[in-house]
Amino acid sequence: MIAFLVRRSVAALITLTAASIVVFLLLTVLPGDAAQLQMGTEGDAAALAALREQLGLAGSLVGRYLNWVGGLLTGNLGLSATYATPIAGMLADRLQITVPLAGMAVILSTLIALPLGMLAATQQNRPGDYGVMAFTQIGLAIPSFWLAILFVLLFSIQLQWFDMGSFPGWAGSPMPALGSLFLPALALALSEAAILARVTRGAVLDTLREDYVRTARAKGLSPGAVLRQHVLRNALIPVTTIVGLQVGFLLAGTVVVEAVFTLPGLGQLLLLSINNRDLLVVQTIVMLGAGFVILINLVVDILYALIDPRIRRGSHR
Amino acid sequence: MTRPSHFRRALQQRNLMIGGALTLATLMMALVSLTWTPHSPLDLSPARRLAGPSAAYWLGTDHQGRDTLTLIMIGARNSVSVGLAAVAIGLGVGVPLGLSAATIRGWWDEAAGRIVDVVFAFPAVLSAMLVAAILGGGALTPVLAIGVFNIAVFARVSRAAAIQVSGREYVRAAIALGRTRTDVALRHVLPNIAGPVVVQATVQFAVAILAEAALSYLGLGAQAPNQSWGRMLKDAQSLLFLAPGQPLAPGLAIALAVLGLNLLGDGLRDLLDPRLRPLRGA
Repeated sequence: MIAFLVRRSVAALITLTAASIVVFLLLTVLPGDAAQLQMGTEGDAAALAALREQLGLAGSLVGRYLNWVGGLLTGNLGLSATYATPIAGMLADRLQITVPLAGMAVILSTLIALPLGMLAATQQNRPGDYGVMAFTQIGLAIPSFWLAILFVLLFSIQLQWFDMGSFPGWAGSPMPALGSLFLPALALALSEAAILARVTRGAVLDTLREDYVRTARAKGLSPGAVLRQHVLRNALIPVTTIVGLQVGFLLAGTVVVEAVFTLPGLGQLLLLSINNRDLLVVQTIVMLGAGFVILINLVVDILYALIDPRIRRGSHR
Repeated sequence: MTRPSHFRRALQQRNLMIGGALTLATLMMALVSLTWTPHSPLDLSPARRLAGPSAAYWLGTDHQGRDTLTLIMIGARNSVSVGLAAVAIGLGVGVPLGLSAATIRGWWDEAAGRIVDVVFAFPAVLSAMLVAAILGGGALTPVLAIGVFNIAVFARVSRAAAIQVSGREYVRAAIALGRTRTDVALRHVLPNIAGPVVVQATVQFAVAILAEAALSYLGLGAQAPNQSWGRMLKDAQSLLFLAPGQPLAPGLAIALAVLGLNLLGDGLRDLLDPRLRPLRGA
């Protein structure tokens, strides 16, 4: 197990390093001299050099890269070119919306998908199964931001249950904040739930065919008890993997849904920074996102190996 | 298996038939729009803005009085071209990468695996924002971002399928007969991994349409005067109070096109090999 842990962690570290080099090269080298861009045609050489120093653009490429990575690791992320405020503080504010939003979406998606997937599997090729599979096809096809727009139309404009474009914040009772995140989270969750329900159905069906399930039935356990004690536990292994992988995609999905609901989260900041050409902010957010996805993949792989010892030995990729 | 039995089984497949019909409809809309649309997309008229469906304007008009059906058809052209280009990039680079990794193994397989891991660390929307930060918005941004993501998807799928096929008797026989590795890979392995690759291509086409719509909605995809379904939704959203029916047509267009491709993929999978499961996610 230790050997597996080490091997897998080293691989993740290599991926992380490669990803950071890609992001750094793409955003620092390709767009040209950021100081020149910011200064325009005005300003003399001395002012330009000073700005370059301030933006962390002085020195060799390798030095600048190491500087940036060092900053990422110590939380010293530099200043936003647009707002001249520390990026770390801006991110902390935005994460208070995006992380609960993605978390709520994961919970909602799991709550919707698990019962549906189990229903479909136990009703295989009967009306319940067809109903769930039809739902999953629709869930996969509907863009989350269209669903979000329809939610705004129905709940905010027609029924007026929901106030658009304001986030009450976490000070005081958390209920208003959670309430304002509910619809965006639901819009995000539905397509993920569609995928997860299909995975759950497949996993339960696979498990139902196992010998130990047949044995459990043969020894006289009721169908409900077999499902609870034997099938569900084993079927949860692939389901957990997919939930883990979805967290990364959900974080990317928040960009679009935040835009529809005008929630001032991380995605909105990323979009704003792209439009303002505030490249250091873009670079930092994209790197944080990629780092998070790599970390989640690592955790999922380790969990998987803990549950299933066969994976530790073989090369499962 | 002979062709006629394939054909008869295809006709009996509901997924395949519905998916094929919806996909064909999307492709036809895109193709027809090249030579004919019900009205000109440049035919603006404030007098008939935000009109409901009528005999002359089947799906009504938008905030500038343009015919919605015309814009949907031109949007289809945009979605289909982005989807085709992104899948072509994925196939063109990803399949050779996966096939060579499965054939050569060793350090090359390891390196290819790492490259794929790095690409997968950036979900398509995130990598598109990276590209947009460098190039700015535009038709090329979604193509590049989704295309690069697709390279990783096709590399992984074709590598897995090629390794599976490599164990079969006919491949071992070809190796035993002294064929070169390249020869075996191209003449024996490649034709036999076409099934899963084609199934994955339909899924990635659908993923590309969804991602393109999202990027255009964010203002990072097609720019005016080009039309796209995502941009239509963006315009519609700013008018929700005045014209609540506006988001229906572009949203349904996206959903039906994606539904069609997904059903087609499921149908093809059942037809070619019921045990295959395509990768999901964007």
